[in-house]
Amino acid sequence: MEIHRYEKIWIAITISAVILMLAAISLASFGLGLQLPGVAGSVDPAKLAQTPPFDKPGVYQITEGKYQVVMVAFAWGYNPNEVRVPAGSRVTFKITSRDITHGIFIEKTNINLMILPGQISEASVTFKDPGEYLFLCHEYCGVGHQAMAGKIIVEPKP
Amino acid sequence: MQQRDKRFIGVQIGVALAALSIGILLGPLQALDKASIDLYPFLKPLIASYYQGVTLHGVLNALVFTTLFITGFHTFTILKGLQKPLRWFGLAVAGYGMMIAGLILSGYTLFANQASVLYTFYPPLKASPLFYIGLTILVIGSWMIGWSQLATLWRWRKENPGVRTPLIAMGSAVNVLLWQLATLGIAAQMLALVIPWSLKLVPATDVLLNRTLFWFTGHPLVYFWLLPAYVSWYGMLPKQVGGKLFSDSLARLSFWGFLVFSTPVGFHHQFSDPGVPLLWKYVHTLLTFMVVIPSFMTAFTVIASLERAARDRGGKGTFGWIKNLPWKDPSVAGQLLAGFLFFFGGIGGIINASASLNLVIHNTTWVPGHFHLTVATASTLTFMAITFWLIPYLTGKPLYSVKLALWTVWTWFVGMVFFSGGMHWLGLLGAPRRVPLSTATYTANFPEWMLPKIFTAVGGVILFIGGVFYFIVVIGTWLGKKKSEVEIEVPVAESELPPAKTPAWLDNWKLWIVLSLVLVIIGYGPVLVQLISNFAPNAVGGRFW
Repeated sequence: MEIHRYEKIWIAITISAVILMLAAISLASFGLGLQLPGVAGSVDPAKLAQTPPFDKPGVYQITEGKYQVVMVAFAWGYNPNEVRVPAGSRVTFKITSRDITHGIFIEKTNINLMILPGQISEASVTFKDPGEYLFLCHEYCGVGHQAMAGKIIVEPKP
Repeated sequence: MQQRDKRFIGVQIGVALAALSIGILLGPLQALDKASIDLYPFLKPLIASYYQGVTLHGVLNALVFTTLFITGFHTFTILKGLQKPLRWFGLAVAGYGMMIAGLILSGYTLFANQASVLYTFYPPLKASPLFYIGLTILVIGSWMIGWSQLATLWRWRKENPGVRTPLIAMGSAVNVLLWQLATLGIAAQMLALVIPWSLKLVPATDVLLNRTLFWFTGHPLVYFWLLPAYVSWYGMLPKQVGGKLFSDSLARLSFWGFLVFSTPVGFHHQFSDPGVPLLWKYVHTLLTFMVVIPSFMTAFTVIASLERAARDRGGKGTFGWIKNLPWKDPSVAGQLLAGFLFFFGGIGGIINASASLNLVIHNTTWVPGHFHLTVATASTLTFMAITFWLIPYLTGKPLYSVKLALWTVWTWFVGMVFFSGGMHWLGLLGAPRRVPLSTATYTANFPEWMLPKIFTAVGGVILFIGGVFYFIVVIGTWLGKKKSEVEIEVPVAESELPPAKTPAWLDNWKLWIVLSLVLVIIGYGPVLVQLISNFAPNAVGGRFW
């Protein structure tokens, strides 16, 4: 096959660029810990009231500076829809849906999850700065979708 | 070309453009919502909500217009490339009849607000069964036209052993194959999961399996939208600018690259999904990035073809040659502007596919900002530009107004710069997509959204004006007088090296089809087995609008 010299150079540049980009993604995902959500278990959405931990949604302190938020999304809200933690806390969210597909996006963080009935979504984030962090549903879930939101209140350290 | 085939193609393109005209009408409603101008209350009882409007906009533009236009355009490019009449014509007409029947069924449910589930229709949002049945019939109809197109190619290859398939027919047939392979996912989703559930034959469905099968089809779908534009950029545009295709071999390699890497990549739409093993998210990331190679090759080959033609016309300088291209030809100008904006669409696509970066932009307005550069510009603006010669060719009537056609493409371009720029920017500031921000309860918390929202709204209105210009040109041409002395030439580019010099393995269909299937089995086989063995139909769903 006859390939023009410029084309050969260009293809070499392209392949190098792809390798470089994949290296950058690997570094970000495995080196810097910007990990995607993976498999965190499944649950029957019809039996949430009987299934721990979703039978008691809320904010739980695990150890000093570590919290777990157990959350149930539904049309059109979150339970709990207000979370209070002290600044500097590492918070792990465990979320599922009671009815249809929802999502959660917490402003100023990398928490960006789909919430599917039947699956458990899990992600962690450290809230360094005090203040209010709004979270909202980012997957269309019917006529009340635009009102589905809540907030995380990060309180200054005592 | 036979009158019979011409008429068949004309009907396909005509109905496609009718769908686009309705889809475009709804566009400014969403855009103006960004500027807190909510026009939806005035549209009741015709359109019940923002969400019904977005659903109509998405389904009519991105599913109906594209599919109908592309089957029509590929019927044209395959027949033109091969210089053959359409084989199995009856099958193709029956297929087209099914597409229209499917369109009427789904269209009815959309307008009746029985299917306001957006164009991704994620279960367990539950539309009327007629919506799903209609879409399924539409896809099966498109397969039948595809079989007829492939049978035409098959016959030609038997009659011309050893001859390289003409490029426009080759690229188009690759896209037909891509469509047949890719839509297996959505066909399985519809037939095995969605339709039985919507008909209440089963009480509940498995949401994750639904999403996985949907995105099996959903990503190759975007290449299906794009490859007809590539057929034009590689196989026609060089001729329109008075030059030749720079490299026939690399053009073919690039088409095969898109087929091979089109399908086993869907998990990059599900990076934020729970329940998908991380391994497969990263395997699909790797395979997604392979598409960068044929994309960059295309950029090189197409721009090289343009540059050589422009230098032959007296173009000078590193970039100065660009102004020597025939910008006064609206079909050329439209494709050049579409290709230019597609550069940014491509860069955005790489960002979306970069797993960790995706967490920043997933389901924000960045995403519709991105695909308005790809499907709504690279594809749609190129399709508009194609119709500036195709409609005159099919009807024997001259273009209604060259000037207004030029205004169309420039208006679209400017509108898209504002609209898409605003949407990307807004997304980076965290604004969610698919939300009427004018009525969302939290909008007041984000004063920094204001400026990009205004950009988006202004862009949307400019785009709409471009759309109006376009339909004046189309309808004006269609209603115009026939002029028998106007003989429209179909632009088919020659390549600098004759295709006979292109190596035989680039025309070895079995090789590439087998390779594509193998990659699909590797990319989806094990994970689908896993998801099916965990099959848990426990989402009842319902109508939430």
